[in-house]
Amino acid sequence: MSVRDYLDRLTGTGRADTDAGAPGDGAAGTDLGIVVGLMLAVYVVFVAIGVVLGYDTNGIVNALSQVTFLTAVYALVVLALNLHWGYTGLFNIGVAGFMAVGTYTMAMATAAPDARVPGLGLPIWAGIALGMAAAAVIGLVAALPALRLRADYLAIVTIALAEIIRLTYLSSAVQTFTVFGTQLGTGGGSGIGIEADPDTVVVEFLASVPGLNVLFDAFGSVLSGMGVQQSVINNWYYAFVLLVVVVAYYWLLQRIGHSPFGRVLKSIREDEDVARALGKNTRLFKIKSFMVGCSLMGLAGILWFGSYGFINPNTFLPQVTFFVWIALIIGGAGSNTGGVVGAAMFAAVLFELPRYLASIAGDTGGLPSAPPTFARAVGALFDLEPLAFVAYGIDNIGPLRLVLVGVVLIVLMQRRPEGLLGHRKETAASIGLSRPNRSRETTDATAATDGGEEQ
Amino acid sequence: MGIADNYSRGRRLLVERPGQALAAVVGVLLVLALFADLAAKLGSGALGVGDVVLLAWRGVVNGLVIGLAGVGLSMTYSILNFANFAHGDYITGGAFVGWAVAWLVAGLGEYDIGSLLSLGLGADVYAPQLGTSIFGAPLALLLGLVAAGVGAIAIALLIDKLVYEPMRGQDGIALLIASIGVAFILRYLIVFVWGTSVTSVADEAGGLRPTVGGVTFSFGYHELTLVVCAVVLMVGVHVLLQRTKLGKAMRAMSDNQDLARVTGIPTERVIKWTWIIGAGLAGVAGYLLILEAGTIAYSRGWILLLLIFAAVILGGIGSVYGAIFGGLVIGLADSMSIIWIPSDFTKAAAFALMILILLFRPSGLFAGRTTA
Repeated sequence: MSVRDYLDRLTGTGRADTDAGAPGDGAAGTDLGIVVGLMLAVYVVFVAIGVVLGYDTNGIVNALSQVTFLTAVYALVVLALNLHWGYTGLFNIGVAGFMAVGTYTMAMATAAPDARVPGLGLPIWAGIALGMAAAAVIGLVAALPALRLRADYLAIVTIALAEIIRLTYLSSAVQTFTVFGTQLGTGGGSGIGIEADPDTVVVEFLASVPGLNVLFDAFGSVLSGMGVQQSVINNWYYAFVLLVVVVAYYWLLQRIGHSPFGRVLKSIREDEDVARALGKNTRLFKIKSFMVGCSLMGLAGILWFGSYGFINPNTFLPQVTFFVWIALIIGGAGSNTGGVVGAAMFAAVLFELPRYLASIAGDTGGLPSAPPTFARAVGALFDLEPLAFVAYGIDNIGPLRLVLVGVVLIVLMQRRPEGLLGHRKETAASIGLSRPNRSRETTDATAATDGGEEQ
Repeated sequence: MGIADNYSRGRRLLVERPGQALAAVVGVLLVLALFADLAAKLGSGALGVGDVVLLAWRGVVNGLVIGLAGVGLSMTYSILNFANFAHGDYITGGAFVGWAVAWLVAGLGEYDIGSLLSLGLGADVYAPQLGTSIFGAPLALLLGLVAAGVGAIAIALLIDKLVYEPMRGQDGIALLIASIGVAFILRYLIVFVWGTSVTSVADEAGGLRPTVGGVTFSFGYHELTLVVCAVVLMVGVHVLLQRTKLGKAMRAMSDNQDLARVTGIPTERVIKWTWIIGAGLAGVAGYLLILEAGTIAYSRGWILLLLIFAAVILGGIGSVYGAIFGGLVIGLADSMSIIWIPSDFTKAAAFALMILILLFRPSGLFAGRTTA
């Protein structure tokens, strides 16, 4: 029996198996199917709930745009974090800090010199580039000393660094300051406005592109004919743009993950000593991976929080980091598709669905008014008025939702620590392990020479 | 150890780890510079002796809370081998349970039980009406103290049973992530029951104001209560760990869990005791913190958590004395750094201190003295 036969029997795949083992290639179709299917399922559930409970069209369409927006921004950050944790095994829980650096730098660079919080008055693209660069530089500063630490120490260092960053932006000492005769500022505790916020700029730009604007007008008139407000339609435009950015992130990270560089990252994750023994300068690889991930987090922060038009330091509390982590863990660390799926599951099912249900329940009425305190709500239970207790729960859906998030996280860590799509078979070899077909063989050969290259 | 030994040790340090030696020298010089600056400020009258003593006293009070809570974090870190991010919420949980009981006892019969247990959330009963200070309602406060400890222990044991016990074999990172889930559950259940508002639960108690050499000092009675309770509990933990078999078993387990098990140490029972001691101290620390601060809020313990981590790392993970010492250093650094840097940055300074310790001496200042 040949090795080939043995492997086939072991994995249960027949000879007719078309998956040539080139990572990502064979699975790409199903991966896209998973993500699109999941998003469609989410939309159907939201629309069905809205229609059954008699919610108005504008409300439903608005909720769907919210879900799409949140899914997209979470997917962006999760994909960036996946480069750190999923590929390189760097336990970074300072995500909020790196997003803060990116977003604040962009805000400070683009704010008008005569605004309440003065800035440099640069155009938005320069602000975005500066923001990404600043996040990468802070990532470098964190990475240089910290990457030799144990995973749990790195966790504590990164979360402490994120808090230092947040407290610095909160400080009144840097509310406004002068560098080389130019006035700059962070706005301190009262925050900083972003006049050229990404969603306005992007939507205005797209509407001005000939050809696209016709499409936009058609889309807009259909929706507004259904009674949807213009602001909601604009949210949809921005959500579409974000989905395109998600695809770009996904493509970039797939490329990184399957390049020789990415293979070294994965070997560091599995066993850093082995990677070092093979002559790889693992420190350099970790620093590069950390910096790239941080700058992607910076951009994600700009597209996410920047689009609100206003940020303050408390936008970047540590719990933002934990939300991103939970999304990553739901999807499965190490899998980019898993990251997107996790982001959708977290944003839609855990984050938006409870709020959506509560707001419908609040709108449609039928419930008694909520008791002011938990003790009164429990008292209502004793008085055989369970509906009053339910009303209290709906009134306090915010905290309950986060309790649910905690429960899901624990159950996942106990039952399925690899997440929904984690730990899929990922071929580390640069040549396919199953019988290659002719055309594949040539591409694999070039990949092999790449892999042997000095890093 | 003779001078020659010391000399050769120092020489070896210089040769083998120049970076660390340099960092140590810079650190010592920085501390000297800070003291010289302090002396100059005192001399020029920019700062009074009374101010410095007040800051130092505040530092000690906060440091003892951090140290007391840190003992538990340090023990679970070394014995269960994971950084428990829910520890801050055990502190908050204990504090809320303790104060609810204290209010119940103080106002029983006079006010509605629901209002008392809600800690006045419905705006129908207030701390001054109940007189919840150590003079106004000593018995209620004592019972509250006990309830805080017992409540936190109950929470910790229940969570250990439900969450951590099925995960014993998993690595520290998995447990760390699970503990973040636990933190979310505890914190937002507290919000669900008691809301997000900052409520005043402890009544004013006044304090001692002795005047020595023309300088008036101020020591609040609640602060003094906190200091006395914390010191008594720390001595108690010391005796427990040094004089009983439990302490020895804990040290054995933090060194090598498998070896401890084959030598017949009932590891599960030791883990339970670790939670009991650690969570009990955390709950009491939270309760005392609220007594001294006067107000309670759901995020109290979570905000304190990073400072506690700083203390534990500074002292060396697993070292009980290290946690207490680290707590005092972090408390003093947090309160006294205001002399030299803007008040916005005192917390950042404490975190920076922790990062530096992690980078240059990750085993902490009390390295090698685990659980002792």
